[in-house]
Formats: sequence, C-alpha cells, structure tokens
Amino acid sequence: MPAISVRNLSKIYRVFRKREGLLASIRGLFHREYEPIHAVDGIDFEVQRGEMVAFLGPNGAGKTTTLKLLSGLIFPTGGEATVLGHVPWKRENAYRRRFSLVMGQKNQLWWDLPAQESFRLHKEIYRIDSDQFDRRIQELTDLLEVRDLVGQPVRELSLGERMRMELIAALLHSPDLLLLDEPTIGLDVVSQRKVQQFLKYYQKERQITVLLTSHYMKDVEALCQRAIIINEGLIKHDGPLEEIVDRFSQHKVIEIQFAGANIPEDLDSFGEVFETQPPRVKLRIPRQDVPATLNALLDRFTIEDISVVDRPLEEVMAEFFTDSHNDSGTRLP
Amino acid sequence: MLASTRTNWVILKTCLEERFIYRADFAFATLVRFLPIITQVFLWGAIYSGATAKNESGETELNNYTYHEMIAYYLLAMLARAFSSMPGLASGIARDVRDGTIKKYLTQPIDMLGYLFWHRIAHKLVYYVIATGPFALIFFLCRSYFPRALDGPTFLALVLALVMGFLTGFLIEALIGLVSFWFLEVSSLLFIYMMLNYFLSGHMIPLDWLGPVGEWVEFLPFKYLAYVPAAIVLGKQGYVLGGGLEQQLLIEATWIAALLILNRIAFARGVRRYGAFGG
Repeated sequence: MPAISVRNLSKIYRVFRKREGLLASIRGLFHREYEPIHAVDGIDFEVQRGEMVAFLGPNGAGKTTTLKLLSGLIFPTGGEATVLGHVPWKRENAYRRRFSLVMGQKNQLWWDLPAQESFRLHKEIYRIDSDQFDRRIQELTDLLEVRDLVGQPVRELSLGERMRMELIAALLHSPDLLLLDEPTIGLDVVSQRKVQQFLKYYQKERQITVLLTSHYMKDVEALCQRAIIINEGLIKHDGPLEEIVDRFSQHKVIEIQFAGANIPEDLDSFGEVFETQPPRVKLRIPRQDVPATLNALLDRFTIEDISVVDRPLEEVMAEFFTDSHNDSGTRLP
Repeated sequence: MLASTRTNWVILKTCLEERFIYRADFAFATLVRFLPIITQVFLWGAIYSGATAKNESGETELNNYTYHEMIAYYLLAMLARAFSSMPGLASGIARDVRDGTIKKYLTQPIDMLGYLFWHRIAHKLVYYVIATGPFALIFFLCRSYFPRALDGPTFLALVLALVMGFLTGFLIEALIGLVSFWFLEVSSLLFIYMMLNYFLSGHMIPLDWLGPVGEWVEFLPFKYLAYVPAAIVLGKQGYVLGGGLEQQLLIEATWIAALLILNRIAFARGVRRYGAFGG
C-alpha cells in the first residue's frame, strides 16, 4: 500500500479580480468579479513508503497547494487522496500524529522562548514518552549541531539555526511522513548543506516518506531519486530525476580543452559557445548532432581533453519553467 | 483525560513563560489601564456635583444611584471586565488566518479553541498577578462606598458570574475572530463590537439607566460582561439569590453553551473555506 495515493485531485480558488482604477474600485463595492484559479487541476500520483520525492515547479505551479491538501490544511475541490491510510482533510488526530509539515517561510516555534520550550510543548501535544523524548532531542540536536542553542530564545537564532530547530520540532514525534516546503529557502550555503546532509541521513536511517518542494536544484539532486514536475496545476513529469534532463533538454554540452593556450575562432559553426576560459570552451549543441560534431571537432583541432555532459538540472528546469511561463502566463496570485 | 490535562497544563505553563518575557511592557500596560478608573471617578464626581435631584435621605441621586453607589458600580464593572475583556483575541485569530500561522493548529493534533482558551487563561493570570495590588488598593480606599458585605452564597454566585463572564467574553471574541475565515479583515466588526460592548455591557453606564432600550439589552449576552457581577454585589432587583439571580446565571450558562456550539460550527465551516493563502 503506497504512503500517498492521489487520484484526480483538484483545488480551485475563487479569486477576486480587481480592475484598475478608482472607479473600478468603487464599482467593486457593489459588484465583484471572481475568477476561478485552478491551482491543482486533477493530478494523480503515488508515493511508496520510504521514498523521497521532489515536487518541482515554478512559483504558482501548485506544489505548495498540493502539500497543503496532503497535510489536510485545505479541502480539495474534487478528487481523492489517502495518506498513510487516512483522508488528510478529515484531520483525524491519528493522522496528525503521523506526519509533519515544515514550511521554510513559516515559523512554528515560540518566537520569544527558547526552542526547548516549544519542544516540551510538542512532547505533550504528540504524547511522546519522556525517555524517547530525551533520546530524540539528544540525537537530533547532535545531528543538526544545535545542542548548545536549545536554551536560547528563537528570535536570537540565525535563520539557519532556526530552520534546524524547526526540523527538530517536526521530527520529535517520529513522523512516518515529512512534507517539506522549501526547507532551505534563504539559507546560506553552509546551512543548506547541513540541512541536506541531515535529511539524507535521517531519511535513510528511518526510512520515512518525504515529499519535498524546493527551488534549489542542489537540494533536489542531493536528496531525491524521483521527481514530480508540476506546472499550471498539472503533472508534467513523474519519474527518475535523471530522466528530466533527457526529456526536457534537447541539448548536450561538449566541454573541450584545446592543446594550445588559445581557442580556435570559428567554433560557432559547431554549436553555441556559452563559456570560454582559454584553452577551455563549452559548446551547447543539439542532442542528435553530438556524434557528428565530435567527429568534426576531433578531425579539425588538436584537442587535449573532450567530454560530453548533460546540461545542469538547474538550467534545464529554468528553461522549461521560463518557456511554460511565456506560453501561458502565471496561474496563481 | 489525564494526558489531555497534562497537555493543557503545559500549554498554560508555556504561555505563562511567554507572558513573563516582556514583563516591563506588560506591567506598564496593566498599570496604565488604571488611569481611566481614576479619571472616571473624578468625572462622576463632577457630574454628581452639578446634579440637583435628591433622594429621601437628602443625597444627590441620578436614576436611583447615589454618587457612592455609582462609584461602587463602576469599580465592580471594572472588576467584571478584568475577567470578561479579551484584548487581542479576535484580532489575533484574524491575523493567524490571514498570515497562515493558523497552520499549526490545523496540522498538529490540538484543538485551536482549547489552545487559545489556555493561552487566554495564562494572559489573565499574569494580569491578575500585576493588577491585584492596584485593584485591592482602590477597593480599599472606596470601601465605604459599597452598600453591604456579601454573604457566602452571594459571594459564590459572584465568583460564578465572573468566571462565566470570562467564558462569555472569550467565546464572543473568538467567534468574531473566526469570522475572518469569511472576511479576512475583521477590525471594523471588532470596532462595532467594542462600541456595543462598551454601551450594552454596562461598562459606560448602568443598564438600568437605559430605559426602554434596557429591556432589549436584557435579552443579549453583553450584560454578563460587566453589569451582572456589579448588580449582584449591589443587590439590584432581579440579581439577588431567591429573587431571580439563579435564573440569570442559568440563562448565562445557556448563552455560553450556545456560543460554544456557534464557535464549533464557525470553526468547522471556516476551515473548509480556508484557502491557506500566504505561503
């Protein structure tokens, strides 16, 4: 039985459409126009227990709405979902004890109190046994390297430290499912790495199911093997992460190191030169032209090193999202 | 049951700790609230000094209240409001709905209204710790204005009325806060409520001064927020044991039950509408 099973799930928001100008505002007092926004438009997917899946998409694609539906925060307009055997929006306590939702932009800890006070409150709310609680606090604070900070008021912590405390609070009750919405947003590189390493280790150790949204492709590459790409409320891809580049990128990158100190001048005829650091150069070429281009380059120049690589995931996703955006405009406010 | 009591105790304890963090600001805000009491005492003094109507004993009287009775009434109304006023409750709920902080109540195995209830108790307890001294001093200084010492049963009825006033005030404001599931901004609604509350609870003037309007006010729950506890101490007609007080308290308990049901319905319907905007 999958941990998450979603069938034809949809969420339509009714959004007030305000026209420009004072007159329109006055008219809006008497007659309002609403527009339906299909935040999630009949999606289907399953996540098996112990899987760590990335949920990718541009802003307003429907990622966070899906997480909100799965956590029972909002009711769907249509469709079905079962998570850990529960219908999320029924909000049964038995379900709420088994998952955690962490939103990178929302603080759940008591701002003015040390994090340990929030942890103690969680202990009671989730009915955690005292021995287990002590053990978990010790384990999690050690893993996230915040042991000395639990007695410090949350408002005095850095963003990275605060996010690590949020993760501890979310994991204290050993949830079977962790829903992470942009957990590394705004964090510096060191904190991002720490959070990534921790999540990877913890998921592997506990075999919990994780659904993660992030705009940082480095998070995704470091943590997930499978990705679901959502755009305009629809699933555009569901499969192994490495397939994304194959599927959405029509280009490959040839990295060349020439034998001399310089690079030849007429490389443009082979492909798009997008990075030069003599004697190195990077060419972007259509996927189907790779063998012919390689032959031509090797015939014509003295080359010390040459390799063909996929374009970085980040670049492919950015291009894909930009194209989608240009095609249809942004869907959500 | 035991686990739930423990949870509520920890919520209460954590809220108390939080309230003590900004102790200077809280103490200052609490003490400043006593200033209107003093100015009001002087205001009533000025009003009575200009009045000409006298009672049988030759004392100045307005609508059956002597100056001393009026000051006693006002102080008792303030005591009742120390229980029934809920500063920041409705606006806090509205803010949580608007900015998405409400998520923690919806995704964790806790009851939002229960959580807010214990949070409010902590708020009140800290308030009483700070306000007891000044209140005791004012009541001591004005002790001769109070007409009678309360017997045991009447005192218990007063305590019950104060506690039920707390529950009534909490449930009315929570209900206004829950309206934010429908209208994100409730500040105007809250303003209207504050105005009505000030007038219809007996905070501004005793309800028996309102004439025919007062008869209507009898059917509303606002009077339990200020007037009823004061009327019990002053022994007003209809508010003495064996003379209607029991029925009044029973009606108040019915109001509380009705408001609780309304809160539950509003919450259940509200979360169905909730769009969780704001990330």
